[in-house]
Amino acid sequence: MITFRINGRSIDVDADPDTPLLWIIREQLGLTGTKYGCGIAACGACTVHVDGIAARSCSFPLSDAAGREVTTIEGLSHDRSHPVQKAWIDHQVPQCGYCQSGMIMAVAAFLQETPKPSDADIDAAITNICRCGTYERIREAIHAASEGGKSR
Amino acid sequence: MKAPYLLALMLIGFAAAPSRAETVNTESQALFTRIATVLKSPRCMNCHTDADHPFPRQGDDRHRHLFNVARGPSDIGAPGLHCGTCHQDKNNAASGVPGAPGWRLAPLSMAWEGLSDREICRELLDPTRNGQRNAAALADHFAHEALVAWAWSPGTDHNGRARATPPMTHDEFNRMVERWLATGAACPE
Repeated sequence: MITFRINGRSIDVDADPDTPLLWIIREQLGLTGTKYGCGIAACGACTVHVDGIAARSCSFPLSDAAGREVTTIEGLSHDRSHPVQKAWIDHQVPQCGYCQSGMIMAVAAFLQETPKPSDADIDAAITNICRCGTYERIREAIHAASEGGKSR
Repeated sequence: MKAPYLLALMLIGFAAAPSRAETVNTESQALFTRIATVLKSPRCMNCHTDADHPFPRQGDDRHRHLFNVARGPSDIGAPGLHCGTCHQDKNNAASGVPGAPGWRLAPLSMAWEGLSDREICRELLDPTRNGQRNAAALADHFAHEALVAWAWSPGTDHNGRARATPPMTHDEFNRMVERWLATGAACPE
């Protein structure tokens, strides 16, 4: 049995310790906002926070979650009021949307560490892949979120 | 007559001393040359990059780490994209992402990229660059540091191909390091 906290509540999970955290989140806990993309930690669609740091849950063994605090897109805010979520809505960032919960989680963790990022900071930190190519709107929304939701 | 006899002995002794030292030194130098074959293996060098290459490398061909991954100001990746975003405490057989506790780049003071064997050797022995390690601490680091040990258990990539290991076993490497230190830790010319 492995115990950790997810979105503010403590849970016990009985599964193989090598099971990817993403499988636990989606299949055992039913939190399907976090997506499976590539399965090799390359695309970022599965990004969650572990102790506040962005982590790609497809390549994160359940055993490493023991005793830690996991946050998924469902736990980022209860009412879509997180500054990144608001900026995403204001800027109508998603196209198909599949990658965007991972993108939002990556950006939320990034802005915690770099509240006023430059374009170069964004290029270095946000490597998530968007198959629709919404990168320009993503960049605009990141700057907007960093400025309290205002447009540049 | 005693004094000239002693003097003669001392002279013989001094004459012989450099010869013995030379023998020890040569053995020690040769040992480091073999130690360097491990240090220069991709498993070590990929994360001992220098300031001119501010990123880790990947693979046996030592290509630049994909996804624009950077060293970052604290050697743990760019703020927001830490090494730990993808690399966990152990290798992940399903995704092919390697892992070990404390996954990070070596500090820039320990950069080996582009250095000769002699330069790597001198850097290793310099406490201002090696993390204030004496000989015993250096041997302990090679023998027990999780990231060093990982080089001999590097797992498989995302295609299931085994990563190359250094050109001798970890035990052989440790014995060689101990012998090198015991023989004076000489650096190759």
